[in-house]
Amino acid sequence: MKRVRFWGTRGSLPVALTAAELRARLVTAVKGARAAVLATEEAVESYVDGLGFPVAGTFGGHSSCVQIETNGSHYVLCDLGSGARPFGQAAIARHGPASPQTYHIFMSHLHWDHIMGLPFFTPAYIPGNRLCIYGGHSELEAALRRQMDPPSFPVSFSYMKADIEFIRLVPGSSHEINGMRVTTLRQRHGGDSYGYRFEQDGRTVVYSTDSEHTLADPADTKRFVEFFGDADLVIFDGMYSLADAISVKADWGHSSNIIGVELCQLAGARHLCLFHHEPAYDDATIARVLDDTRRLEEITRTGHALRVSAAYDGLEIDL
Amino acid sequence: MEIMNRVYGDMIVVAPTGRIDHATAADFERAVGPLLDAAAGSRGGLIFDLERVSYISSVGLRVLMIASKALRARGARIAVAAMQPVVAEILEICRFSAVVEVFDTVDAALAMSPEAAASRGPAMKAP
Repeated sequence: MKRVRFWGTRGSLPVALTAAELRARLVTAVKGARAAVLATEEAVESYVDGLGFPVAGTFGGHSSCVQIETNGSHYVLCDLGSGARPFGQAAIARHGPASPQTYHIFMSHLHWDHIMGLPFFTPAYIPGNRLCIYGGHSELEAALRRQMDPPSFPVSFSYMKADIEFIRLVPGSSHEINGMRVTTLRQRHGGDSYGYRFEQDGRTVVYSTDSEHTLADPADTKRFVEFFGDADLVIFDGMYSLADAISVKADWGHSSNIIGVELCQLAGARHLCLFHHEPAYDDATIARVLDDTRRLEEITRTGHALRVSAAYDGLEIDL
Repeated sequence: MEIMNRVYGDMIVVAPTGRIDHATAADFERAVGPLLDAAAGSRGGLIFDLERVSYISSVGLRVLMIASKALRARGARIAVAAMQPVVAEILEICRFSAVVEVFDTVDAALAMSPEAAASRGPAMKAP
């Protein structure tokens, strides 16, 4: 495995910047530029980079879709949220529509924000392409077909002319897929969700989203510490604050940045990437959560440093 | 984990020692559980003296959350006091300032109850 690319990082529902939010950022940037000398292209780039991510960037809006770039020629994807649409377009732009490709797609679960990108995933409509869709739910195929039935969508699943195969994985066991060792773990979420541990050539990536940790059960903690063990990257559901996750939003099926740090520290993981951002959070809030999480990691560190990131649409992490 | 309890009027002060983490949180929860009825029954409250706590993890904060829900539902109060800087920062990052009241010292926390403040002298062992 070489790299992870994030195509959709928002939890529950896609979001977009509003015109008012964009305008406020422009005002901030222009005000700051009054005293700056921006005579060269480099000076402008440097000024923009110095504005900070909540002004000069955005964590973005698409729902869950993450690409793992492996050493093979096949594509590997986690979830089919709305981020699957730009991913599919990029794949077609790269190869051309007439060049058949294989896509291995691992589904955490079948809630709508994780499947809504499939009807807009153009490679699925192109004959010659092959989609291998993996998951732990018995309703895997039915759920993906059903969302395209009338009156929910005007194009039937039967219009998809790629070779589409559904493969049910056994939770708790490992499978050899596309040159990777893939281990599946059942997670606490409404209707269950599944986490995936991908291992190839000494590199390990864990995708663990839509997963609540009760904290009251040491055996549950142990399962996840083992699942995250020595991972190079853990993509983790950090949707809520800890206070919310264990009070007003208990049993909502999500976790917090705090638990992400603790599990990764216990597991000896090297990089925690906060994922599945709360749709009510603006960019400044997510940036503050990231700063807080980095600080928590720093003041509670007992072993090696844990790198902490917050995923955004377009982020690439080299392994 | 060593946990010392004292009663001041209608308030109970709980003073754990060391790290409250995955290894010790169960002890902490077992020690706090029986105090909730007593603290709520007096309509006073529970004060966690964290002066000798060097670290608290999410499982320890869960115990504070359980105590907060139990006490506030019955009109009693819950506070933390005398936190070491690291512990104070952990609570702030975890957004727990809305879950428990925060005081610099145990005396300041006791002052929220006139009855407790008046009995700040010799303390009685808690039930």
